[in-house]
Amino acid sequence: MALTALIGFNVLSSIAALILLSIGLGVIFGMMKIINLAHGEFLMLGAYATVLSTNAGLNLFVAMLVVAPVFVGLVGLIVERGIIRFLYGRMIDTMLATWGLSLGLVGIITTIFGTTVKGVAAPLGGFSIGPYQTSTYSLFMIAMAIIVVAGIWAMLRFTRFGLIVRATMQNPAMAAALGVSPPRIYMATFVLGAALTGLAGGVLVPVSGVSPTMGAAYIARAFITVIGGGAAMVTGSSLAATLFGFIDQVVTFKTTPVFGQVALLISAVIMIRVLPQGITGRFFRRSL
Amino acid sequence: MTPRSDWRGFCAVIAAMLVVMFGLPQVTGLFGLVQATVFIAMAMVALSQGFIWGFGGIMSFGQSAFFGLGGYTYAVAVLNMGDSSLPLVFAVVLPAVFAALLGYFMFYGRISDAYVGVITLTVTVILFNVMNSTAGDIYHIGNAPLGGFNGMPSIPPLNMPGDASAALDPEQFYYVCMGLLIAVYAMLRWLLTTRFGRVTVAIRENETRAMLLGYDPRLYKLIVFTIGGGIAGLAGCLFTNWGGFISPTVFGLSQSAQIIIFVLVGGLGTLIGPILGAVAIEFVISVIGTQQTLNADLILGVVLVVFVLLVPQGVVPVLRHAVQSLTQRRRRVPVGAAKEARS
Amino acid sequence: MTVPLLQTSGLTMRFGGVTAVDSVDFSLAEVELRCLIGPNGAGKSTFFKMLTGQLVPSAGSISFRGHDTTGAQTHEIARLGIGIKTQVPNVFNGLSVFENVYIAAIRTNPPKRARMIVEEVLGRTGLTDIAFRIVGQLAHGQRQWVEISAVLAQEPDLILLDEPAAGMTYEEVVRTSELIREINRAQALIVVEHDMQFIRMIARTVTVFHQGRILVEDSVDAVLNNQAVRDVYLGKQAA
Repeated sequence: MALTALIGFNVLSSIAALILLSIGLGVIFGMMKIINLAHGEFLMLGAYATVLSTNAGLNLFVAMLVVAPVFVGLVGLIVERGIIRFLYGRMIDTMLATWGLSLGLVGIITTIFGTTVKGVAAPLGGFSIGPYQTSTYSLFMIAMAIIVVAGIWAMLRFTRFGLIVRATMQNPAMAAALGVSPPRIYMATFVLGAALTGLAGGVLVPVSGVSPTMGAAYIARAFITVIGGGAAMVTGSSLAATLFGFIDQVVTFKTTPVFGQVALLISAVIMIRVLPQGITGRFFRRSL
Repeated sequence: MTPRSDWRGFCAVIAAMLVVMFGLPQVTGLFGLVQATVFIAMAMVALSQGFIWGFGGIMSFGQSAFFGLGGYTYAVAVLNMGDSSLPLVFAVVLPAVFAALLGYFMFYGRISDAYVGVITLTVTVILFNVMNSTAGDIYHIGNAPLGGFNGMPSIPPLNMPGDASAALDPEQFYYVCMGLLIAVYAMLRWLLTTRFGRVTVAIRENETRAMLLGYDPRLYKLIVFTIGGGIAGLAGCLFTNWGGFISPTVFGLSQSAQIIIFVLVGGLGTLIGPILGAVAIEFVISVIGTQQTLNADLILGVVLVVFVLLVPQGVVPVLRHAVQSLTQRRRRVPVGAAKEARS
Repeated sequence: MTVPLLQTSGLTMRFGGVTAVDSVDFSLAEVELRCLIGPNGAGKSTFFKMLTGQLVPSAGSISFRGHDTTGAQTHEIARLGIGIKTQVPNVFNGLSVFENVYIAAIRTNPPKRARMIVEEVLGRTGLTDIAFRIVGQLAHGQRQWVEISAVLAQEPDLILLDEPAAGMTYEEVVRTSELIREINRAQALIVVEHDMQFIRMIARTVTVFHQGRILVEDSVDAVLNNQAVRDVYLGKQAA
């Protein structure tokens, strides 16, 4: 009984991690159909921002919830203005350019900080489920995932900005005819996506080591969660994250974390083949 | 129907490559030849990417998967068999079979171009994760321990066919590599003049029209992808021989990116472009590697971004247009004489 | 009793709640030329796309010389001997005119015969002078003819043309109509068109679509004088 609860809890935190990892990418992909291969590096920058400000004395939670998103949001702004905006509509070219960006960011961080892994211990201690010890921080991560998803959903559903974003997503020409500037919305969306990714990078710091190449570990998972999810930013990524997180944890429990990862990736590849438009291409089509 | 200029271009390239093949050992010592062999291995994998992307229209972000599979297959086979002749064959066949299976999965599922990129990227990440975790004694195939993240050291090099003790020396290995590169290039050049090659290019131009004419694009893409996988596998085998060593970094994203950069810089839509791009970039990397101030990833990243934004067609086509416009001003050529990008 | 070249039976296409083509029975004889007309939204393009395999019918069947082709893939349909020219020209933009037509001819012919076919077809469509121009650089009317040439090089028994005269000048339209009449000496054609001038130049039998069904099928003169057809085009309800 306690074991089931533990596994259930682990599944939830795995799903939460996936959601946090992918939501920023999902916002960008959902809006502009851009595949940002520098996504892992945005996570990495958020992580570095968090670690550095914490080591400089700032409170960990302020660092991860404020400094990281703001910093990476600014980076996102520069990237959008400097590179992405020339490549709208050119999906392959955007993939290539963002890949170059990812290499460049890894290179810069390695040059400045070297390759040693830094870290911050997980705060908040632990609690027990029956005879098993588990981390309270995982509860925080689950809570953050829920807050972020609910926040984005609410923004899209209830605010004026959210309405403009949805309109531009569906029909940029029409939105332009109604006075909205699609390039500005793309810029805002890219910055928002980057900020969310920075936030995720910060939140993940206590559970993963921080190194210049940490992004590579996350990029494939984030991608397939977003693509597997389909066009709906929030519902899609959440459903895909749930499915993949579940598979990952179940396989991990039976074998090793590596096989869990591999099982996740393989099931995603199969799913893209079976549902090329993602989950929300077929089910829940009109959701946000 | 190969225009005369294409045939002359082909002969010129083959001649140049033969000059390099026999000339290089005269001007450089053993170290230079050893360096050359890794350039050749990279040029070959670049050629595979250039072929499937520039002519087949297949955007694979994971050619490194076949490159690495070729290397690992050779390593495992030669450690078990002793003589290197069959391992060399396996290093081509196994990646090709894997490419055929993956290609069937992707193309017969009508996956769109960008998603082919995502899936191939994911496959290479899967291979990386799997091979990385095979450290420890229980992970071995026959006599070959897989080594996990440490890789596999002390891999026996290619030997004269039939005699396992007669390993090729660096100069002989160089000739083998260069010979194989020329052979692969010539084969691909020839393939593009056949009906198969021309239909492949047509499919890249307009898949719908090719279907409307009765061609099945899925089959053509599958065959092109398989050939690309086999060539990349061969390159991986040569790479393993160069260092006597292989590790999971061959499956890394950095490796995949490099292969794409070779093609972009050299010129998409040509065969010689990827070769030259690979040699140039590898040369730049080896130079950067000797100094500490600038990071290799940073340079590569900047190069990739600059080329995508400013020179998306690559260096060779730009050069070729420059040469053509110079020669056209001297001869009076009818307006619009076709010069298809097939070199 | 000869088998019709092409026949549909109860052919239906539904998109969600909309029935674009409603249980259409259609029949075409060998070497027949048929024009399909009808106002926008009448279902002609949807019907056409079912014939070419670009859409899978919701119900009903299509048969080519008695051979059921319902739901077959586009390349399979093309292999049966059906040549298709789409509404938006689908040509190989980066290749020359010659190469475009050669690719069509080479599927079922050895290189030497394929070259002969290409030269002959380019002569018929009047494109010999521009055989080595890159198609992407040609004018729209010329691109339409390149596409028609590629279709002819397949040596099909049935040619489906979707708006072949679209975007053409008057002289180009006349030339295209002559070409179609010449093709019809040996091959069957189905032409979907909006341009009434063009229809008058080529048509023998005309099938009029309206709201997913066939309204009238008759000789061109009868159809163009039919009040119901005029009403449908002007938006009045047909009785």
